Amino acid sequence: MLKQTEGSHAVAEAVALCRPEVICAYPISPQTHIVEGLGELVKSGELQNCEYTNVESEFAAMSVAIGSSAAGARTYTATASQGLLFMAEAVYNASGLGLPIVMTVANRAIGAPINIWNDHTDTMSQRDCGWIQIFAETNQEAADLHIQAFKLAEELSLPVMVCMDGFILTHAYEQVDMPSQEQVDAFLPPYSPRQSLDPAAPVSIGAMVGPEAFSEVRYLAHAKQMQALDLIPKISAEFKEIFGRDSGGLVRSYLCDDAETIVVALGSVIGTIKDTVDEMRAEGHKIGVLGIHSFRPFPAEAIRKALSKAKHVVVLEKSIAIGVGGVVASNVRLALDGIDSRIYCVVAGLGGRNILRTSLHRVFRQAEAGELEALHFLDLDWDVVNRELERERTQRRSGPIAENILRDVSAVRSSSVG
Amino acid sequence: MENKQIDKPFAITLDVGSSLANKTGSWRTFRPVYLQRIPPCNNQCPAGENIQGWLFHAESGNYREAWKTLTADNPMPGVMGRVCYHTCESACNRGQLDSAVGINSVERFLGDEALKQNWQFDKPVKESGKKVLVVGAGPSGLSAAYHLRRMGHQVTIQEAGPVAGGMMRFGIPKYRLPREVLDGEIQRIVNLGVDLKLNSKVKDIQETMKAGGYDAVFLAVGAHIGKRTDIPACEGSRILDAAAVLRSMEGEDKPMLGRRVAIYGGGNTAMDVARTAKRLGAEEVVVIYRRTRDKMPAHDFEVEEALQEGVLMKWLSTIKGMESGVITVEKVALEEDGALSPTGEFETLEADSLILALGQDVELSLLENVPGMEIKNGVVHVNQHMMTGAPGIFAGGDMVPSDRTVTVAIGHGKKAARHIDAWLNGGEYVKPAKHEVATFDKLNTWYYTDAPKTVRPMLDIIRRQSTFEEVQGGLDENNALFEARRCLSCGNCFECDNCYGVCPDNAVIKLGPGKKFEFNYDYCKGCGICVEECPCGAIKMVPEQI
Amino acid sequence: MSYEPIKFYQTGTFTIGNRLLAPEQRTGQADMGRTNSLNSGHRACQGCGEALGARYAIDAVMRATGNQMIACNATGCLEVFSTPYPETSWQIPWIHSLFGNAAAVATGVAAAMKVKGKKDVRVIAQGGDGGTTDIGFGCLSGMFERNDDVLYICYDNQAYMNTGVQRSSATPPAARTATTMPVGPEPGNAWGQGKNVPQIAMAHGIPYVATATVADLHDLEAKVKRAMEFRGARYIHIFVPCPLGWGAASHDTIRLARLAKETGLFPVYSAEYGEVVSVSKIRQKQPVEDYLRPQRRFAHLFGKNPNVEVIARFQEMADRNIRKFGLLDDNK
Repeated sequence: MLKQTEGSHAVAEAVALCRPEVICAYPISPQTHIVEGLGELVKSGELQNCEYTNVESEFAAMSVAIGSSAAGARTYTATASQGLLFMAEAVYNASGLGLPIVMTVANRAIGAPINIWNDHTDTMSQRDCGWIQIFAETNQEAADLHIQAFKLAEELSLPVMVCMDGFILTHAYEQVDMPSQEQVDAFLPPYSPRQSLDPAAPVSIGAMVGPEAFSEVRYLAHAKQMQALDLIPKISAEFKEIFGRDSGGLVRSYLCDDAETIVVALGSVIGTIKDTVDEMRAEGHKIGVLGIHSFRPFPAEAIRKALSKAKHVVVLEKSIAIGVGGVVASNVRLALDGIDSRIYCVVAGLGGRNILRTSLHRVFRQAEAGELEALHFLDLDWDVVNRELERERTQRRSGPIAENILRDVSAVRSSSVG
Repeated sequence: MENKQIDKPFAITLDVGSSLANKTGSWRTFRPVYLQRIPPCNNQCPAGENIQGWLFHAESGNYREAWKTLTADNPMPGVMGRVCYHTCESACNRGQLDSAVGINSVERFLGDEALKQNWQFDKPVKESGKKVLVVGAGPSGLSAAYHLRRMGHQVTIQEAGPVAGGMMRFGIPKYRLPREVLDGEIQRIVNLGVDLKLNSKVKDIQETMKAGGYDAVFLAVGAHIGKRTDIPACEGSRILDAAAVLRSMEGEDKPMLGRRVAIYGGGNTAMDVARTAKRLGAEEVVVIYRRTRDKMPAHDFEVEEALQEGVLMKWLSTIKGMESGVITVEKVALEEDGALSPTGEFETLEADSLILALGQDVELSLLENVPGMEIKNGVVHVNQHMMTGAPGIFAGGDMVPSDRTVTVAIGHGKKAARHIDAWLNGGEYVKPAKHEVATFDKLNTWYYTDAPKTVRPMLDIIRRQSTFEEVQGGLDENNALFEARRCLSCGNCFECDNCYGVCPDNAVIKLGPGKKFEFNYDYCKGCGICVEECPCGAIKMVPEQI
Repeated sequence: MSYEPIKFYQTGTFTIGNRLLAPEQRTGQADMGRTNSLNSGHRACQGCGEALGARYAIDAVMRATGNQMIACNATGCLEVFSTPYPETSWQIPWIHSLFGNAAAVATGVAAAMKVKGKKDVRVIAQGGDGGTTDIGFGCLSGMFERNDDVLYICYDNQAYMNTGVQRSSATPPAARTATTMPVGPEPGNAWGQGKNVPQIAMAHGIPYVATATVADLHDLEAKVKRAMEFRGARYIHIFVPCPLGWGAASHDTIRLARLAKETGLFPVYSAEYGEVVSVSKIRQKQPVEDYLRPQRRFAHLFGKNPNVEVIARFQEMADRNIRKFGLLDDNK
């Protein structure tokens, strides 16, 4: 059923259709509308047979989720940014214990400086935690991915993080085709846990494992996640059969067949890039887009295949691994090892900075011409940066960088930081 | 099940029961072991009673079993519960906690219960075909006869007097030992198949043995002849001996003692005769004793009861003479070394009679001409097997050197029976090695409820000065049970489950009611908590042989 | 002569079992068929109070629930010694997640049981004092505040023993730990008010809060049983001596727990809905020295020049507890 709705609400409804049994909620922007929506559904009785728990922290939220999932209940929670970091210990624990929890991360920057706007630094910080990480391009896909996520998580007995851009998706009103309960029920069978806490068949879950077996445990976790590389396309195909649309999968290409330049990206920015690509195509540029929808497991083979003919690969990403550069770009480079192509990393949209089509036109053209540096920061205000770097060179103690920059920025132009 | 195994994540999820593969017993340097320590009461008992053992049964209200355990060592609990000086109670560890367990009163309760229920002894399983003669039906003779009979020997008692009981009858007043109790317990021994011949004095032991075809004999003739001291006495002075006075109490004609009675001596017999005099109507009864109260051989409670009944005491006094109802007494001084010295200070007191309670001698005429028989200081010498110098002739009770109490005599009877039995079988009785004593420091008394001793009812003071009714009443069942349960069970497991409960490693196996416990050394780490928390000291740590 | 009615079973009245009592009046630990929820083969040190306390408590829960229970365990000694791969000592459904989240995991399990309609399956969370009073305190308080249907059991051995005896907020003043060494002008742990979690639990107004020690099994089992009669958040704080961390003899575990109670240093009581409803009276009052002296963590208070001032402060602490909770019988 087509519906004009807020992204968060679409996700809340989609999650509700999956019949979660336990939801733990702790508020953090920009995830709030999702858990608020679910709270109302449970309170009103629309979502039945579900325990909705208001916990005291994200750490508790993931911990409660661990408990309920281990006890055999389909479990959901949502977080973002600082919240994801605050629960980090439990995030690793959930995957280590193989608990099929589904969690939305409404992607948001990480402080300091504190910033509530979108980028991917939060989920990127957890890229090695053992969770499956899938990225939504649109609100429609965000809703669809949650339905797929439960199936994926429960088939593998692994937790799944559904990543959607904070505000850009969560707070955007768009048309979403909401599935029916019958469709979801047909797609997603009731949860049958691989193991659960049960007095009738007691087991001890969460043993201490020493050097004698720890490597094996870790390898098995890796091997299990690699199984998702087969399962994700399969589930995506099954989804298409029932719901009639493409959602999820490992990667999705757009105008890549003859492209000499391919832009690689995750999340909602793919839409902006597609528009830019359309405009450039109209001007005769051989350019395409490759969207990565499963970041973990990383679909290296699919990416290699999609990019094997491109001369220039631009990885545009909303995160930075400080001290190295791009997180996604590094992964893509590994996937393309041995292939003769230029790979550029464009860091863009940090902390909610707008990604302008004009800027994209500029860097894509530079890339086509081989003139783009390997690591490029989109629309960086070099005046501010250089002034600060200069001050640091001359003054050993220059105070907090953030404050200095804010002073400079406000001196130059009125701040747009919310 | 198989599928479930496969389903479980490797290493992270584990099956129950798997830790049993880890035998933590290898950590141990000391191991706990169960042991039985001898409780101080048992250790002290001259009759060798397993006091803790019979209290254990009494605690659960199984009086029959308690009585059986008791009478395995001592056939006369009704008598013992009245006349025994219960040194066991002085030894009782509970005395250090609140007050000693009233062992004696529970014993009396069991004795009385047995008479009430007419419980009888089990007959011997097998006859040995051996004949044993016991001379004298006093406590040691009866005790020996009982034990020998239970061992399967044919036993005959020859008693010179017209009734059995010996000093239990002639030396102990009725108010302390009612005769129906004594008679009942003697009859029960006779019922076991002991041939009791009364008015049958043995004049020559060797001849009697030969005539009767006895394989062995136990002599237990007692000490009945009152000791005299040389007191210058004139006409009209009535001087009697205590043994005779007490003996005559059993006859039709009660002794005439007069209004004012003096008793010379400080032992239990002196107290008995003083209290008897009081009951016979004497207005003034004075005990004259050479030393001080704390030096008196009489038991303190007897002195106390006598004082309560109005008996007067004259300490540090010796009798110099008696003339026309007037006794002359000299005050003496007690030197630091314990010796007495005369002071030259005299006083007089009036008395219608003076009773000498200075001890008794043994009548030894039947032993004349027995080769090897050794007699020293008026008593018969026996070796460690209680055998005299004459093979097959054993002796015990008051006629051998010992403390002259009923309890000791009964103990002699048991001990002699064991040696006679061994001798008859051509061997020697070897006493099993004694366990170490369960002293107070071995206990963890935290676990016992505070429970003060139940005091037995005492006859009202006026009544007991004038009648021969039993002074001390018995416990009723409730009280006896209460008292029995005060037992700390020193040194002997009473299945309190502490070791089973307190082991952090579940390394104690409970074998079930009455079967006690075992250590599971596969898992016992040797922490020693079970030893520390055992209330009764029935576990100890021993080093591992590493 | 008045006859004393039989109201005691004097022989071993305070013992684990008592052949003279009816089976239902004996402790669960006396039962040959007890569940031994924490099985043999665990790797706790010799004389471990926590291992003992855990078996006592969990067996009692098993008894109260007809074996319908699930336990969530915080990281710590109890977890490490009970479940090193490939062996577990637990005979119950059991999960260990993290150090600081046992209460929250239990909330999740309880939510799952509720949603699945398994009302008879009861949920326990347990941890040491570090996992309870320090790192797990946020989750614990949250669980209390929501009144989740969880019994949380803290095994308090007064320091981080698993990591090598470091100070926790439950460590008593003056005690030596690896991070509060007995050196300098104020040796040992600082004097403070500590963090009294039972009292804080009571402040949440939850249905049931109790303290207990491994020295009184009857009391401990009665409290677990009572706790299981309530729905909602419950808390039992069990005092469990640690021979290793306290520098005490392994056989003294129960004795020290008994002394902690009998001195008044560890008040044993229970509270319902924030109000104290029962107090375990001191039976044989002991001076604090008797408790402190056998422990090497307090050795610096004794020796040639005893620190009488500090010992006196401990005595004040005990006396304050005695007044506050009425630990002595009025007629004593």
